[in-house]
Amino acid sequence: MRNKLFLALLMGTSVLGTAGGAFAQDATLTIESWRNDDLPIWQDKLIPAFEAANPGIKVTFAPSAPTEYNAALNAKLDAGSAGDLITCRPFDASLELFNKGHLGDLTDLAGMENFTDVAKSAWQTDDGKSTFCVPMASVIHGFIYNKDAFDQLGITPPATEEEFFAALEKIKADGNYIPMAMGTKDLWEAATMGYQNIGPNYWHGEEGRLALIKGEQKLTDPQWVGPFETLAKWKHYLGDGFEAQTYPDSQNLFTLGRAAIYPAGSWEISGFNTQAQFKMGAFPPPVKAAGDTCYISDHNDIGIGMNAKTKNPEAAKKFLSWVASPEFASIYANALPGFFSLSSTPVKMEDPLAQEFVSWRDKCKSTIRSTYQILSRGTPNLENETWVKSANVINGTETPQQAGEELQKGLDSWYKPAK
Amino acid sequence: MVTETARSKSPIRWHIAVFLAPAVLIYTLVMILPLFGTLQLSLYRTIDGVRQFVGIDNFRTLFGDPRWSASFWNALGNNVWFFIIHMVVQNPIGIALAAILSHPKLRFAAFYRTAIFIPTVLSFVVVGFIWKLILSPLWGVAPWMMDLVGLKSWFTPWLGKEEYALTTLGLISVWQFVGIPMMLIYAALLSIPDEVIEAAEMDGITGMSQFWKIKLPLILPAIGIISILTFVGNFNAFDLIYSAQGAMAGPNYATDILGTFLYRTFFGFQLQLGDPNMGATIASMMFFIILAGVCVYLFAIQTRLRRYQF
Repeated sequence: MRNKLFLALLMGTSVLGTAGGAFAQDATLTIESWRNDDLPIWQDKLIPAFEAANPGIKVTFAPSAPTEYNAALNAKLDAGSAGDLITCRPFDASLELFNKGHLGDLTDLAGMENFTDVAKSAWQTDDGKSTFCVPMASVIHGFIYNKDAFDQLGITPPATEEEFFAALEKIKADGNYIPMAMGTKDLWEAATMGYQNIGPNYWHGEEGRLALIKGEQKLTDPQWVGPFETLAKWKHYLGDGFEAQTYPDSQNLFTLGRAAIYPAGSWEISGFNTQAQFKMGAFPPPVKAAGDTCYISDHNDIGIGMNAKTKNPEAAKKFLSWVASPEFASIYANALPGFFSLSSTPVKMEDPLAQEFVSWRDKCKSTIRSTYQILSRGTPNLENETWVKSANVINGTETPQQAGEELQKGLDSWYKPAK
Repeated sequence: MVTETARSKSPIRWHIAVFLAPAVLIYTLVMILPLFGTLQLSLYRTIDGVRQFVGIDNFRTLFGDPRWSASFWNALGNNVWFFIIHMVVQNPIGIALAAILSHPKLRFAAFYRTAIFIPTVLSFVVVGFIWKLILSPLWGVAPWMMDLVGLKSWFTPWLGKEEYALTTLGLISVWQFVGIPMMLIYAALLSIPDEVIEAAEMDGITGMSQFWKIKLPLILPAIGIISILTFVGNFNAFDLIYSAQGAMAGPNYATDILGTFLYRTFFGFQLQLGDPNMGATIASMMFFIILAGVCVYLFAIQTRLRRYQF
């Protein structure tokens, strides 16, 4: 019965396929994605732009729910029914697909030269020899502030840590605003908006991150404990009961105008633009002393790769080269302010807040979150442990030194850096 | 006589098997097979992409590895505390409520009964969300109401503090489920025949002493059943913690119970990939713990409970 059905299906597709072939020489590409929020952008802007420039190739964007994406994609790839183009999660999830032979090697793809090594690092093998996804977008960390509140209190965006705490102190003394909107209840806020936000200035971005992977630096070293020490000082400037404040609470506190500073990721921009009734500005994580090189977390979030078993590899590569082009970057970055193109060519963006964020790329050095590459492969998972420890340090239930020691101990228990 | 017994014995009584079959079949399919599947899974481990039989190595890791065992004992300890809260708070309150409700002079008994029972039918997600809002230090009604009576200084963000979070969640769970012991005890109290009560009154046993001396001994079997239900329910609990505190059971794993520990291990979380084998190991431990608890109850307690026939 099943065989017959299968046969019928095969016949059906072959008939339809030949019929289509006789009609036109079109190649159809299907994109697998978890970004169902982006469906209108793909359908109205990106795909028409590509199809206009490349007649003969039809593209369909077929997203699934974010929580189901990984499982659904794996099942489709195993069954051989997955689309031609695969949206890639950063790091290990995609690396596993590549190792299993599901993703094609794109190292020599035309357009790859438009990306820096940091941009590509999320979709490369550990040795950096093969790249398997075209980087699409990243998110940048920093602080968004209430411009009206700053003007009212006569504060300018702080550049150094000293100025940063002076500003917090001033807002607190004034009493009209909660100095900073962040909670520790959901844990990840403390790690992602806290530790990974300010950390790169301490461990000098890529330099420290790579040294940690190589085992030359330890999480107990001052440059890794330092951010925890600063986080511990944040405690006094957070709202009442921050221990039970959730992520949506923090967002609301800020957009309702009750808090002055919000430790942010750039993905907040479009949401804040529609919610907040006041002017907003942004500043990068403050440096230790004026004139220090600044480092920002410019974390790779979305890439796109090719199904190794696609029937139209040429068309797929053509599309991927287009994704790597400045044209795509410009359309995408403007449609989704806060998701920044990873292309080395500067992209002109309309949104002022997004412009501010992306301008830091010129004056600061970019890095990605320290815990994402390689270091979160084992148990205990360094990223998840960093969530817990960052929250502990801000809550004051653990000292920065203890947090560093425990994280290093956990990492040592399974990670042996290659000598 | 002899021939008759022989005749009634010899044919196989098919109808028993036929009537049992649906239940046995479904129960085997959805309960027994998965249970043995889990136990089997806990004896394997995936090494370099190949599933291998490793005997009790996973259990050795769970108890021998300092990190695994710390997590496990933490979760078990929290679970025991969670159970104690229910035994000490939920069940006595349930019994007291039932005793009050069964008082013949109480008016609106049906209304109270329904009102107290309603939270039980609410979804965990709703309960978790409502209480998170009630206790929210920013928009919650708890700080506001405490302020009204001048107790604002007693308010702390309970769900965010290591020392209070688990107890708070325990009490939320008590609030949700106090209706169940209440209903069971209420039913048991109603089934006490009037003659027994009247006889007691004739002997001059009334009021509180009537409850302690006559009614309580008669409802002890019901209390035993409630205790075992609480035990099984608590050691299988997961939903409330997950919906209120998330899979990481923060702060600092202070509210991590066996259910959330199992979930995190089995399915993975954020960057942590799932480990079905260690997950199954934890699930097996939960099964053994519950099995042991139920056995202790069945053999040590239930056999000693005195039953009264009316």
